[in-house]
Amino acid sequence: MGAVRQTDDALVRAGRALRLVLLIALAVLFLIPFYLLVRNGLAAEADITSPDWTFFPSELHWSNVRELFADPDVPMAHALLNSTLIAVATTLGTVLLASLAGYGLARIPYRYAGAVLTAVLGTLLVPAAVTFVPSFVLVSSLGWVSSLRGLIVPTLFSAFACFVFRQYFLGFPRELEDAAQVDGLGPWRTYWLVVVPNARPVFAAVGTIVFIGAWNSFLWPLVIGQDRDAWTVQVALSTFTTAQAVNLHELFVAAAVSVAPLLLVFLVLQRYIVAGVERSGIDG
Amino acid sequence: MAAYGAVRRRRQALWFWVFTGPFVLGLVLFTYVPLGWSVWLSFFDAHNTVSPTDFTGLDNYRQVLGDPAFRSALGTFALFTAFIVPATYALSLGLALAVSRLRRAQAFFRSVFFLPTACSYVVAALVWKLSVFNGVRFGLANTVLGWFGAEPVAWLSVTDPPWYWLVVVTVRLWLQAGFYMVLFLAGLQRIPPQLYEAAAVDGARPGWQTFRHITFPALRATSVAVVLLLVINAFQAFDEFYNLLSDARGYPPYARPPLVYLYYTALGQGQNLGVGSAGAVVLALVIAVVTVVQSRWSGLGRREA
Repeated sequence: MGAVRQTDDALVRAGRALRLVLLIALAVLFLIPFYLLVRNGLAAEADITSPDWTFFPSELHWSNVRELFADPDVPMAHALLNSTLIAVATTLGTVLLASLAGYGLARIPYRYAGAVLTAVLGTLLVPAAVTFVPSFVLVSSLGWVSSLRGLIVPTLFSAFACFVFRQYFLGFPRELEDAAQVDGLGPWRTYWLVVVPNARPVFAAVGTIVFIGAWNSFLWPLVIGQDRDAWTVQVALSTFTTAQAVNLHELFVAAAVSVAPLLLVFLVLQRYIVAGVERSGIDG
Repeated sequence: MAAYGAVRRRRQALWFWVFTGPFVLGLVLFTYVPLGWSVWLSFFDAHNTVSPTDFTGLDNYRQVLGDPAFRSALGTFALFTAFIVPATYALSLGLALAVSRLRRAQAFFRSVFFLPTACSYVVAALVWKLSVFNGVRFGLANTVLGWFGAEPVAWLSVTDPPWYWLVVVTVRLWLQAGFYMVLFLAGLQRIPPQLYEAAAVDGARPGWQTFRHITFPALRATSVAVVLLLVINAFQAFDEFYNLLSDARGYPPYARPPLVYLYYTALGQGQNLGVGSAGAVVLALVIAVVTVVQSRWSGLGRREA
């Protein structure tokens, strides 16, 4: 009996060690692409294309960053500005519109609320990406092609975000709103003074997810941002990735610069992002 | 009393629209109107125009459904789904199980596997195309092959064998595995510990038996949601295909998923918005049917109602 227990323990320990080794190997594998971004971004062109692959480049060229922003053929600074404007505006607009609508649907009794909810959820059946042709038709007839308006406004109405807010507000404690009503606050002021301050986690969760999605979005900016002036970071990177002659170190440093702000957001707000992802999986 | 109730109802209707009106208006304008417009366009000859006059009936639909490129796009989607759905499912579930059993450094490993979620498909495709799976000798994969004396492989430009599938599948796997791992971790946390205690009392051995009879069945709801999301997302694949495979000469004739087909039909040369719209309508119907069937079959829709 004792001997059996002992081999069992040894087996369990061996299994645990094996699992840890596997996890470490996978973690290294998962980090390699990030490492490649930095390695190639800070290497000399000759180091990148050398047939003798070295883990570390012979010398780190921080001047690559300066070179990137000084290159007149690559509108990187302008693309970063566009992406920032778009991501910030999309995040604020989406969260504002979707949270108000979600609250209305969850809390204000109305005869046709059910029909409105069905109309909202119906759009979830057809993913936005599939309808880029119809949306392009509309935006081009409004004359919004290659404009920030065209890049931002059509993406502000997220049925998914609305649904997440509605589910959250359904479970929001009613006592707080009742107390506000006793104090003589109408629905509008109750919402802003009582509900929003007490619902910050869900705003942070939806906000970070929307921000990451807007920053990384590609198909819609590709379709609408046709002029150079309207390029986002992703469109600019893609244009040079799919071109014939590319300057590798410049492209990699540009990609690294484009990822850096998001990694920062990600590491700082990871708690909210994880919460947002959990919501998206359960409700989506 | 009745009059008072009517006033109150009217006031509440007003408040309802104050809150939901802007959102619903935008949703109608930017989702329902374009959809309707596209359905209308799909019955017209609409080259380079959004207000066509030449009614052609079902010609556009006949053209799309008869187009071998369209059918091959659906085939590409099916094949892509067959690769990416099981691969992501297995990897993300495996990661979740392994990470959840760690006694320390759990947060560290979760962060590492989740980190690619912050990366765009464009950047990931760039790294995969120009570094990891670069077809020349200095590509990372070819360097590793070189250590074993193998010849470099032109990963993205050979179709026999179709190595590009390895590139396309691994890039998405890297980007999304951590996201689904987080979903599985949340699912694992919801399993009541009493279930495991009861299983231990009944003599179930930890490891495979417990996984097979306790963990896996308890994760059913999460599994269903994960598979549904994976299929829907695979259907919308565009970014990585476009950035990995197109170059200065354009997009190769193979490996075109539905949205790439649609992109080149509707916005490529000739801007055939009629045929493009017909294609969009057909694809929208396909994905809507897939979603409804899958959620009915899994009972997901019933739970929400």
